[in-house]
Amino acid sequence: MKELVEFLAKSLVEHPEEVLVNEEKRDNETVYKLHVAAKDMGRVIGKQGRVAKALRTVVKAGAIKTGERVRVDIIDDEV
Amino acid sequence: MKDIEVCGRTVEEAIQEALIKLNTTRDQVEINIIEEGNKGLFGILGSKQARVFVERKPTIEWKVVVAKDYLNRLLEKMNIEAQVKVRSDEGCVFVDISGENLGFMIGRRGQTLDALQYLTGLVVNREGGEWIRVVIDIEGYRYRREQTLRALARRMAYKVQTTGRRVALDPMNALERRIIHSQLQEFDDLETHSEGKEPFRRVIISPKK
Repeated sequence: MKELVEFLAKSLVEHPEEVLVNEEKRDNETVYKLHVAAKDMGRVIGKQGRVAKALRTVVKAGAIKTGERVRVDIIDDEV
Repeated sequence: MKDIEVCGRTVEEAIQEALIKLNTTRDQVEINIIEEGNKGLFGILGSKQARVFVERKPTIEWKVVVAKDYLNRLLEKMNIEAQVKVRSDEGCVFVDISGENLGFMIGRRGQTLDALQYLTGLVVNREGGEWIRVVIDIEGYRYRREQTLRALARRMAYKVQTTGRRVALDPMNALERRIIHSQLQEFDDLETHSEGKEPFRRVIISPKK
């Protein structure tokens, strides 16, 4: 699943080498924390979050098979 | 060869040479000027060559390959065994994904399929070139949905005709609304338009006054 998040993000951005995904297992869900280059934030979020929403939808579909609850957080490293 | 960097006395000369070397024409490429160059004093002192980077724009044939490769890799990462067929037609890339138990990839009312299609479109068009629409279907879902929508449109048209009152359909996405509008074109006594904000935008069918 982590690989899937990475792949989805890398194929959208201009600096794939700066894509980083951290996996955090919590009680009942897995959180994927996605970091991208500051310049690429727009590319993974999109107008009105459209890209982020599509990305999350596909990741959720990927998790259906394994039955886990997943969440993708896009982390703003600038703050 | 996809791209080339060329030096020349002027920017124009460098571009011309690059086009010859890439065996292409100006409308097929994207040009980046790296160095403007200048003639210098008497053409010798401080003269600097112009440098350009010329890159072939991606063609639709290329985009078809990108779409197929992207989806194959995506499905692999999701551990899904499926077949991806891709073809281009009238400036669109059509993708057909077939396999067993792919319902979860379609999602509720095609939500996941739409997300997949949207992302693939972005990936395919990210390198520039002419913007190409990507349409993905999984196990004939879109085709069946289209038939259902056309039948629904005809049924509702009949209802409006018999009652003389307008009918509001369920919220639909742009593609689905377009199918309804196009199906009802042939009814001279009816008109259709859409109301509301996405994602709750819906088609209204009303009698023509």
